[in-house]
Amino acid sequence: MINLEKQSKTKQMTLVQAVNDALRVALESDANVLLLGEDIGRNGGVFRATDGLQEAFGEDRVIDTPLSESGIVGTGVGLAISGSKPIVEMQFMGFIYPAFEQIMTHVTRIRMRSMGTYSVPIVIRAPYGAGIRAPEIHSDSVEAFFTHMPGIKVVCPSSPADAKGLLLASLADPDPVLFMESLRLYRGEREEVPVEGYEIEIGKGKKVLEGNDVTLLAWGAMVPIIKKAASTVAKEGISCDVIDLRTLFPLDRDMIAESVQKTGKAVIVHEAHSTGGLGNDLVTLINDTSFLYMKAPVERVTGFDVPPPLGSLEDHFLPTESRVIAAIKRVIQF
Amino acid sequence: MTDYPLYQCIDKEGHWVGEDERSTQEDLFTFYRHMLRIRTFDKKAVTLQRQGRLGTYALFEGQEAAQVGSALALDGQDWLFPTYRDHGATLTFGADMARTFLYWNGRFEGCTPPEGKNIFPPAVPIATQIVHAVGVAMTEKRLGSGKASIAYFGDGATSEGDFHEGLNFGSVFKTPTVFFCQNNGFAISVPMEKQMNSKTIAQKAVAYGIPGVRVDGNDCIAVFRTVQKALERARAGEGPTLVEAVTWRYGAHTTADDPTKYRDQAQSIEFRKTNDPLTRLEKYMKETGVWDEEWFAQLQTDLSNEINQAVEEMEAFPKPDVNNLFDHVFAEPVWPIAEQKSHYMDHLKGVIS
Repeated sequence: MINLEKQSKTKQMTLVQAVNDALRVALESDANVLLLGEDIGRNGGVFRATDGLQEAFGEDRVIDTPLSESGIVGTGVGLAISGSKPIVEMQFMGFIYPAFEQIMTHVTRIRMRSMGTYSVPIVIRAPYGAGIRAPEIHSDSVEAFFTHMPGIKVVCPSSPADAKGLLLASLADPDPVLFMESLRLYRGEREEVPVEGYEIEIGKGKKVLEGNDVTLLAWGAMVPIIKKAASTVAKEGISCDVIDLRTLFPLDRDMIAESVQKTGKAVIVHEAHSTGGLGNDLVTLINDTSFLYMKAPVERVTGFDVPPPLGSLEDHFLPTESRVIAAIKRVIQF
Repeated sequence: MTDYPLYQCIDKEGHWVGEDERSTQEDLFTFYRHMLRIRTFDKKAVTLQRQGRLGTYALFEGQEAAQVGSALALDGQDWLFPTYRDHGATLTFGADMARTFLYWNGRFEGCTPPEGKNIFPPAVPIATQIVHAVGVAMTEKRLGSGKASIAYFGDGATSEGDFHEGLNFGSVFKTPTVFFCQNNGFAISVPMEKQMNSKTIAQKAVAYGIPGVRVDGNDCIAVFRTVQKALERARAGEGPTLVEAVTWRYGAHTTADDPTKYRDQAQSIEFRKTNDPLTRLEKYMKETGVWDEEWFAQLQTDLSNEINQAVEEMEAFPKPDVNNLFDHVFAEPVWPIAEQKSHYMDHLKGVIS
């Protein structure tokens, strides 16, 4: 694995460009890597995540498929068990439902069912989340369905450099990975991204800011929100330990426990619905590891238990900086 | 309206009606031996289930010609994607018999193929394996390996989305795949005329621009030749074929249901009398003078011995290892599973932690 810190040549990239760059590295380095998805070839993907790749690697490696989510994931299963390395794109996470059966009944279980004879090293890329005024169904954030089912890892980067390294690590992983890409972050920020290929270990979170009063936990599109909230409350003298989880299954328990044992307080932020959301597992994890250290009940700031609304209401649906700040203050004043 | 005649080599009375050259004596013995073998297996499995020595079991008696004919047409390196009712086909293709019994005893060991055989664990969801067969064939096509894949499914599966997605993908990407439907007239309790308004399943191929062929699924030779032809076409790079093998299952969906609730058993009794795949081949072999009573008696003894030995092996198999509950979910253990395993192992040992 190439050390990220030692990479000298870098280039400014957005998150979606970093995804594109990772896919290019993957296609260049292994002839078994194939991309499959709707409109990913000639069109370069509806978000340009695969832009230019078909031109560079041909129609047999960057494959425009029929409109057929179950077919894409199901043939991906067949490809993966026979030695190809498929990276499939769900055009939006909200379009993953027709493929849900394939993921639940096969992708997650083939290794166990065959006692390791067959495995499904597939990467399912799924652009997710609200905040870009997309039409109905395009804004879902349903990671909890997948973290609930053992047999698949769930990864969600929040920065361009993480996106590239985590995507390449997902491809190298011998098990299936659901790779969530925030629509809102696709072009949210630019940063220096190493030009060469590198991997960031799956299962490890990232400490974004160091602080002592309260731990803030989020992933994907909510990471910039908690960073902003942390810098706002810093002006009032509240110092936040800010963690980007990066992998949602398996969670980085050590990093979370170490942080909450230091601060004794935690706020979890996710845009997915509250009931059955991953935030609940995080609360359990904190109970299991750090109950006696806690000085306040853990707060959650989440999307409401309503279907992701049409664009005109999504700013109310999504956790905002002010809701996060309110939660921070509640735990601080408890 | 395209016509889909039922392709036959030998008719119900056992007369040769095929236009092609006749099968060799050796082939006839092979077809018969495999059909009797899996029938004996099937009957034994039902008996064992009734005795409480096997879990719920999916019967296939009546479908022997379809399963044997198709599986014998495969090359040893091809990929076979079965449903839970196609152990006749997997056994013919080279699956281990004791392990096949183990599967029905709730053991993961029953899902593992012998070394070098590409037999996928049986698909329990309906039609989902069809797309897997296409994906595998995409790899084999890319590698130019000459290997093909076959997906088994029933008539009910053709109502599912994955049937259509699989046929469409296979057609668009011209994969070396055979879509093999055993149309036995019922999807558990729902007869074909309530499952679809199309008269045949083969005609559905038209929509995907691939050949659809209809074969007498109780005629082992006809099935063998049909699948062989489909495989030749597949290996020549001409893409997939949909094969509809028209057959009949005498018994229930599984040992857990009662077919008299939804089906007139007189039909099954009639089928057994007039259209049995083994009897039909036997008649033909007798007509052509190749049937050998001594051979038949010896075959029965040999099969009975083989099957009893497999049952013994199944029953003598080591008890399930609890580690297998945890060890094959991921390639490397992840902490939630590793910890749950460790706590549970302690619990089993009586350690309070």
